[in-house]
Amino acid sequence: MDSAQSPTESHFITQEPYYEPVGNEVALFEAAYANRLPVLLKGPTGCGKTRFMEYMAWRLRRPLITVSCHDDLTTSDLVGRYLVKGGETTWVDGPLTRAVRAGGICYLDEIVEARKDTMVVIHPLADDRRMMPIEKLGQLLEAPAEFCLAISYNPGYQSVLKELKQSTRQRFVALSFDYPKPELEAKIIRHETGLDEAATQKLLKLAEMTRKLKGNGLEEGASTRLLVHAGKLIAQGVEPRAACRGAVSLALTDDDDMIAAVNELIAALF
Amino acid sequence: MIPYTPEQLTLRLETAFDVEFTFHKVDHLVDILAPLDRDTQDFILGWVERIASTNIQISYEFTRRVVEALDRLDRRVIEAWAVHAMDTYDRTGLRPALEVLYKVDDFLAHAHAHAAGAFFDEVKTVLSNFLCGLSGRRLELKPGEQLFTDSERLFLPNVTADMESEADNFLLCKARVAFMWAQTRFGSCRMDFDTVLAGFDDPARALAAFQTLDNLRLEACLARELPGLWRDMQALSVRHGDPALPEDWQALTQAFNIDPADPESALALLDQAYALEPPPPRVYHAALNPQAVAEVRAARMAREKILLRVKLAKLVEEHRAEKAAEQKDHHPARFEARQEGQAWELALDDLPIAPPEDVKQLLTSISLDWGEIPPEMLTAAGDGEYDPALYEEKEKNPDEVWQGTYHEEGAHLYPEWDFARQHYRKNWCVLREIDLKPGDPGYVDEVIDRHRGLVKHLRRTFEAMRDESRLLKRQVQGDDVDIDALVEALADSMDGREMSDQLFMHLHRADRNMAVMFMVDMSGSTRGWINDAEREALVMLCESLETLGDRYAIYGFSGQTRKRCEIYRIKTFDQPYNADTRARIAGIEPRDYTRMGVAIRHLSKLLNEIEARTKLLIALSDGKPDDYFDIYRGRYGIEDTRQALFEARRSGIHPFCITIDREGKEYLPHMYGHANWVEIDEVRKLPLKVADIYRRLTT
Ligand SMILES: Nc1ncnc2c1ncn2[C@@H]1O[C@H](COP(=O)(O)OP(=O)(O)OP(=O)(O)O)[C@@H](O)[C@H]1O
Ligand SMILES: [Mg+2]
Repeated sequence: MDSAQSPTESHFITQEPYYEPVGNEVALFEAAYANRLPVLLKGPTGCGKTRFMEYMAWRLRRPLITVSCHDDLTTSDLVGRYLVKGGETTWVDGPLTRAVRAGGICYLDEIVEARKDTMVVIHPLADDRRMMPIEKLGQLLEAPAEFCLAISYNPGYQSVLKELKQSTRQRFVALSFDYPKPELEAKIIRHETGLDEAATQKLLKLAEMTRKLKGNGLEEGASTRLLVHAGKLIAQGVEPRAACRGAVSLALTDDDDMIAAVNELIAALF
Repeated sequence: MIPYTPEQLTLRLETAFDVEFTFHKVDHLVDILAPLDRDTQDFILGWVERIASTNIQISYEFTRRVVEALDRLDRRVIEAWAVHAMDTYDRTGLRPALEVLYKVDDFLAHAHAHAAGAFFDEVKTVLSNFLCGLSGRRLELKPGEQLFTDSERLFLPNVTADMESEADNFLLCKARVAFMWAQTRFGSCRMDFDTVLAGFDDPARALAAFQTLDNLRLEACLARELPGLWRDMQALSVRHGDPALPEDWQALTQAFNIDPADPESALALLDQAYALEPPPPRVYHAALNPQAVAEVRAARMAREKILLRVKLAKLVEEHRAEKAAEQKDHHPARFEARQEGQAWELALDDLPIAPPEDVKQLLTSISLDWGEIPPEMLTAAGDGEYDPALYEEKEKNPDEVWQGTYHEEGAHLYPEWDFARQHYRKNWCVLREIDLKPGDPGYVDEVIDRHRGLVKHLRRTFEAMRDESRLLKRQVQGDDVDIDALVEALADSMDGREMSDQLFMHLHRADRNMAVMFMVDMSGSTRGWINDAEREALVMLCESLETLGDRYAIYGFSGQTRKRCEIYRIKTFDQPYNADTRARIAGIEPRDYTRMGVAIRHLSKLLNEIEARTKLLIALSDGKPDDYFDIYRGRYGIEDTRQALFEARRSGIHPFCITIDREGKEYLPHMYGHANWVEIDEVRKLPLKVADIYRRLTT
């Protein structure tokens, strides 16, 4: 059968992505990979999970195929489907199938957002069978040794309804991510934004302040990503208070009182 | 424009004062207003009507005095005076509000404070959150006569008006809050003042000298810790006209430029400072209150040193339980605490463990009092070593709290919309959730029995709505090719006709994902058939909803005045529909008044905590917002209800109001403007209506 699929070559990462290891996650991932075990990345938003995957894909020299999950994602969206073109039906591989065929890394971002019945297709891939049935083709794909399945999950703000099922989570080696320690976070901000030490320290303090407000009016504190955003604006010459208001307070919440409080914290620092 | 005639004035005033019920005499007021020009009349009548929407008595007294006041004061001040009278009414009630009107001159003396001051109620929320973001112990912001901290609470006066502009007064509040925070954070509150002052002939003078030194030290700390605020504080001090620091004092501040500048560094300079004349304080300085601090601190230190050991014992238990199998030897647990930046890290038997939030806070608080974590506190408490009374915060009985003067503790505060002033009154309503006492357990069966036919019919209606997975054919997108459609399309294309693109089959999956909140009016005005209708309708609805499997909750609402809004739990989202729930439905009874807005706000909040694609808020009421001798009757209540429904809708909820009544009221379309609503006059129709609503939303 003729298969019209985008070349996986384009998913190869040729430039080393900037990534600062936070703990032993690189070694752990490599060990899991060598043993063909799937990996679950846990952690709050914006703490470097996506960046880590890019880095690992580069390190292991495998193509990286990322799928952002949402609640309309169907099994066909992952596995593939027939398309009808000019009177001919053609099969098109979904991203998961492409990754399996190419022996790449398939990264399913925000896995809990996906429907439960969609998620079961990854079960046979995620245990030691490492198989993927493609019902519509009547095929059973066996994943090559290079293939790797990784999923991410933010346990923080999801409700009980969106817990990851035990039968899913227990198939994975879990890596826990959190905001980096202050020195490391400072290093990341400096590298990503080119900001000077003094301004970086202020951003770190701001991060700490908002993280203290988590559960006291804020759903989440400012992530490393938000700090990087604010830093980029400041480095660009935007007045620091305005930069932080735009990149941090407004990004964190819609609650007017909380925005005002975070703005007061910003004004106290900058 | 020609002035109003006495007849026109009489009519306007009589309407404003509701004379039919209040019996206010307006003749002499008309005499006063009649000679004025039209513009002045309009100005006055505008305010008379606006104030009357808050309170008629206040408006009446205002009218009596306003003309005389207009001779002396300009309109802006009159407006401020009127607004202040209304605000006083909001805050403290009728009598003080009337005082404001009786004493125009007092108002003038404080006019500035009222016009440009920062009110505690208004700054509280933002500054509390600001405070929460700062490092150190969790502190509470409270209103108080004086500006000081006892090391757990910060007291801020009701009005802060030392500065010219409103913005500066807010900034001043913020600066003062930060300054008091600095006293707790940078060690002023751990000083033992008895010892410090012991050697001096004049302890008062020594205290003043120390205070000055400490203020300078804290300023240095603030400059390092919150440089942005420090810049603002200096500018504030200049605008306030604080004199520059005398040179001899200036020289002493050098010592504080090293980080950290602890209180001992101030103490070291006390002998020198004692000899100097203390300069006047800066506008944002807060005096230390050694006695208040000492009392609170002593109690806290005694409690926390035990509490930490008890909590550590719990940690040991948890961590050893995990390893129980491998590790049998129970040597005493060894803890180490280390500070990483602001955060506390804990190691148990040399292995780092993540301390839970409460332990972190405890470690922070202890280190602020002791300067470190004393090693003897880092050992787990033995079994039963301490009487829990020694460390547990006494939990107050919520019912007692609710009845007493501190009844706002642990209650929910909600804003209310004041249409006349076009703004929210913040933290205006005090609301509490209460369990509803169950009623007759046999009631539900009896209702089902009585309406057997209808219940059956409803069940069938709802069953038909049950969403089942089904295959949709001829779709533009889908999981599978629809062979029939494809064959047809190919045939079409052979014939030269355009080929359809609807060639796929799509499996529609059952996923209703719906949550419904029922909010039931339990006000006194539902007494009689309306209350029966509500209960019977709920019984039938529950019976039907159970067949759908949707999540639903039922709450009642009533209360008396804004200070006692009550929400009665009948069925929470987590509770099943069982004998207890049934008995509580039976227990729904008419109680007090109807403050609908706050109930909508609270229940919307609960509903929004549920993860569901479709959220439905269904209010059953008699459509009469009303509260005890209060403005909530009439336009005010209608407008607030309307606003609350608007807020609910904006947050993604579908509000539906079902009014059970026999006399259509003309304000309903306006009040329910932001919601869908129906009016029904018969019990049987109610569940059918809900079935309708369901159908509309899900198909
Ligand atoms: N350890 C790290 N090394 C380098 N950069 C990092 C690191 N952690 C975070 N960052 C920075 O933070 C940004 C956000 O990280 P990333 O997009 O990987 O977050 P994420 O965990 O995938 O978030 P989400 O869960 O929202 O997808 C990155 O673009 C990068 O600038
Ligand atoms: Mg990501």
